[in-house]
Amino acid sequence: MVAATLEAVGISKRYEAVRALDDAHFAAYPGSVVALVGDNGAGKSTLVKAISGAAPAGEGVILFEGQPVSMRQPADATSLGIATVFQDLALCDNLDVVANLYLGRARTRGIGRLIGWRDETAMEIHANELLTSLAVSIPSVRTPVGSLSGGQRQSVAIARALLASPKLVILDEPTAALGVSQTRQVLDLVTRLKDNGLAVVLISHNLGDVFSVADRIEVLRLGKNNGSFITKETTPADVVAAITGATDDKIAQYLASAERKHNAPAGGPERNPQ
Amino acid sequence: MTTSPSPDPRLIATGNNVRSYAQSWGRRVRHGQLGVLPVVLGLIVIAVVFQTANPNFLTPLNLTNLTLQVAATGTISVGIFLVLLLGEVDLSVGSISGVCAAVLGVLVVNQGFGTAAAILTAVAVGIAIGLFQSLFIARLGVPAFVVTLAGLIAWQGLQLYILGGQGTINLPTGGITELTSTFLSPAVWWSLVAAIIVINLAVQLNERRQRRNAGLPARSLVQIALRQTLLISILAAAGIVLSQDRGVPLALVIFTGFVVIVGIVMTRTRYGQSVYAVGGNSEAARRAGMKVQLIRTSVFVIAGMFAAIGGILAASRLFAVSQSSGSGDVLLNAIAAVVIGGTSLFGGRGTAYSALLGTLVIGSISNGMDLLGLNSSIKLMITGGVLLAAVTLDTLARRGRQA
Repeated sequence: MVAATLEAVGISKRYEAVRALDDAHFAAYPGSVVALVGDNGAGKSTLVKAISGAAPAGEGVILFEGQPVSMRQPADATSLGIATVFQDLALCDNLDVVANLYLGRARTRGIGRLIGWRDETAMEIHANELLTSLAVSIPSVRTPVGSLSGGQRQSVAIARALLASPKLVILDEPTAALGVSQTRQVLDLVTRLKDNGLAVVLISHNLGDVFSVADRIEVLRLGKNNGSFITKETTPADVVAAITGATDDKIAQYLASAERKHNAPAGGPERNPQ
Repeated sequence: MTTSPSPDPRLIATGNNVRSYAQSWGRRVRHGQLGVLPVVLGLIVIAVVFQTANPNFLTPLNLTNLTLQVAATGTISVGIFLVLLLGEVDLSVGSISGVCAAVLGVLVVNQGFGTAAAILTAVAVGIAIGLFQSLFIARLGVPAFVVTLAGLIAWQGLQLYILGGQGTINLPTGGITELTSTFLSPAVWWSLVAAIIVINLAVQLNERRQRRNAGLPARSLVQIALRQTLLISILAAAGIVLSQDRGVPLALVIFTGFVVIVGIVMTRTRYGQSVYAVGGNSEAARRAGMKVQLIRTSVFVIAGMFAAIGGILAASRLFAVSQSSGSGDVLLNAIAAVVIGGTSLFGGRGTAYSALLGTLVIGSISNGMDLLGLNSSIKLMITGGVLLAAVTLDTLARRGRQA
């Protein structure tokens, strides 16, 4: 197996009396999608904040490409090559796609640098290249982001994260607010990130999405690891059981029987109730 | 929806001919990005109505007076434009203009300062006041509405204090008053026009070359020619008409110069885009690493500066600074002008030219009603109605964008 891009070991975090994470471990590999699933309050967000530097963990070791690193603030993660796309996309609706991709880091050139004269040509070329390489379809990179669809907006937010050429991309609930076809667009995009050799962490509540793109599934339950699955070798029922912590769970039983009936392959189009 | 990632047909750039240009423009208008269209139409309607009612409206003399009347408030509204872009409001600009005019008067008349030194000091006072207010707004997070409302009251008091027992300071002829009594000779104006056209054409062609070399959609030569023709027509018309009176007023050149400079800075520089970004989504701007506090501070400082310059122009035109300088409808007209010009009150949308066009609308209505000898009661009601119509249009357009 190739070396992990990121490995987190023994991560614990307390919020006052609550143990949000208890000796959790987690790894992401290049060219592979790992899904992080769990019920509300399972510790997904806390773990993601720890590895994205947004809220450092109390205890534990984070290894990036084999080297121990300290994540004190988001800039630490960014400089290592970790890009996080949070659920609220943080886009400026009034600005066009190019401006949003380069938000806060607009390019300048030559003497224009002195007065901050933007090099729109260079930015537009690169924006087109980037979006084309991701097969993101947007009518024009000069369209204001506010007039794009939800899927296109999510794609722009992901593309912006990629502009810094990261090695690891963390996507927090990228399909939560999307319709069926837009979800498809975004999941296609996730697959392409993987094909480009990036390590991808996908946080999702939607097992349908998880099974269609993830290579591995890590389940968190009450702050602890509660199962690690290879997607091809498991079923949604097993994962639901791990999430809820009960093998005799009603939903798990229902799914298991439904699967026997239809003999549906993992990653089928059905949406599982959460 | 196709499942394969085939390129979207909409990715193909629109053609480079007049028709597709018009189509994309029509699409923008339908999607609620009205731009300056309503205000330009409004100006035409106003001109036709007043010219019909009184044939003196479109005479060189009256148009010269109109530009002199609007230069001061217009300059103040350039600062308001920036503040509105942030989605904030600055109620203190009228009072700041009054204070700075008072400082100017005292320095020139009582302290014997030279013209340039007095102007620079007055502008510095405007900047300092803007900075003081912005500390409360940007650093402490006190709502701009309240901070600048306090400023409106307090700076008016400071103005009365500075003017002291005199009440009114008459400015000597020459010096400050020349700002609004200087007119460009045709030779100077046409040289200026030639320079503007050459620079603009060079920039446009260079940009077109760069974009074509990079394989990006670029403006066609037809499009560039159309734009140049429009620009030349406007500048030439202004020159021909105003030269029949005393010439193009210096005050108009100063005001429109500020509009153009602010327009270029806002659309082409990193700073300008950061103001749009903060106005559009300040949290996104913060997460993208922009110094949001600094940007907000800078905007209120610039608004203070333009208020000071507007106050100086107003004093120059009146030949005096009085207790009523900067009070009355100065503030409200400056804000109304920018909104009428199409800058959104909700922040993040608008162009610097909205300050110019909106100021012309308000100034024309006021001037036209004066020509007709109408009572100021009617004037106020009409101006209010136009403002209401403009804001309603903005709100409806916003709804169109979201739909």
